[in-house]
Amino acid sequence: MDSRTNIGRVRGLGSAKHGGEHWLKQRLTAVGNVLLTTWFVLSLFMIPSFEHSALAQWLAQPLVAVPMILMIANIFSHVKLGLQVLIEDYVHDEGLKFASMTLLNFYVIASAVFGIFVVAKLAFTGVPA
Amino acid sequence: MAKNPNRPLSPHLQVYRWSPQMAVSIFHRATGFVLATAGMMTLLWWLSAIGGGAESYATFVKYVVSAGADGSAVQIASNWFFRLVALAVTFSFFQHLASGLRHLVLDIGAGYELKTNRTWASVAFVAAFFATAFVALFVASRFIGVL
Repeated sequence: MDSRTNIGRVRGLGSAKHGGEHWLKQRLTAVGNVLLTTWFVLSLFMIPSFEHSALAQWLAQPLVAVPMILMIANIFSHVKLGLQVLIEDYVHDEGLKFASMTLLNFYVIASAVFGIFVVAKLAFTGVPA
Repeated sequence: MAKNPNRPLSPHLQVYRWSPQMAVSIFHRATGFVLATAGMMTLLWWLSAIGGGAESYATFVKYVVSAGADGSAVQIASNWFFRLVALAVTFSFFQHLASGLRHLVLDIGAGYELKTNRTWASVAFVAAFFATAFVALFVASRFIGVL
């Protein structure tokens, strides 16, 4: 006979306390995206010229490069969480699911690093000729 | 996990009459996919073309925005392709934004009354449609010289 209470019997056997993590991260990055993409879309409307030199000078400013880097990082983490759910819901074959999930991670990390590098390089080394 | 392909399936989407609430849900996923792929790849191309210098930006403009008077057939076809992409991405952006904001409201536990829920699902579509139309007209008048 087990004389422990009901709660004592199940304590430690339950979830790893990460159950809400994906859901919560998706919402947090969503709120971040609302702010960052609003900034981006308003900026697109306010850019005076779409000539290359004007755009490069615009993007190299700290107050543009920093939100742009934040936007790239935030969007791609939201992409990872969102497309992960699509794969989990619609790809039923286990092997294909594993392959899709691997590709998704490659896509998201490679794209984010590429985008951040491009913006940082321009901001640090200045506008190319 | 062994799966018997002949097992009976419970009734799924096909037994229900389509409603705005169902449409807005699947559109949220579809538009998210469009933004994650076409939207972000075009954005990264634009940013890297700016970072790559005047010549690489000119290539981007030739293929995406306007091939110009001496543009090749491939470039002109590419322009039309990217106009469709731009329209799809613009609509996807506003649709995903509107239904995303709706989701954030639903997540705090509000807006589940049948009529309210239906209304705001429809509002997401209408808002996305008008925002897309506004941007399309703005771009057409300012950059393409139409209107």
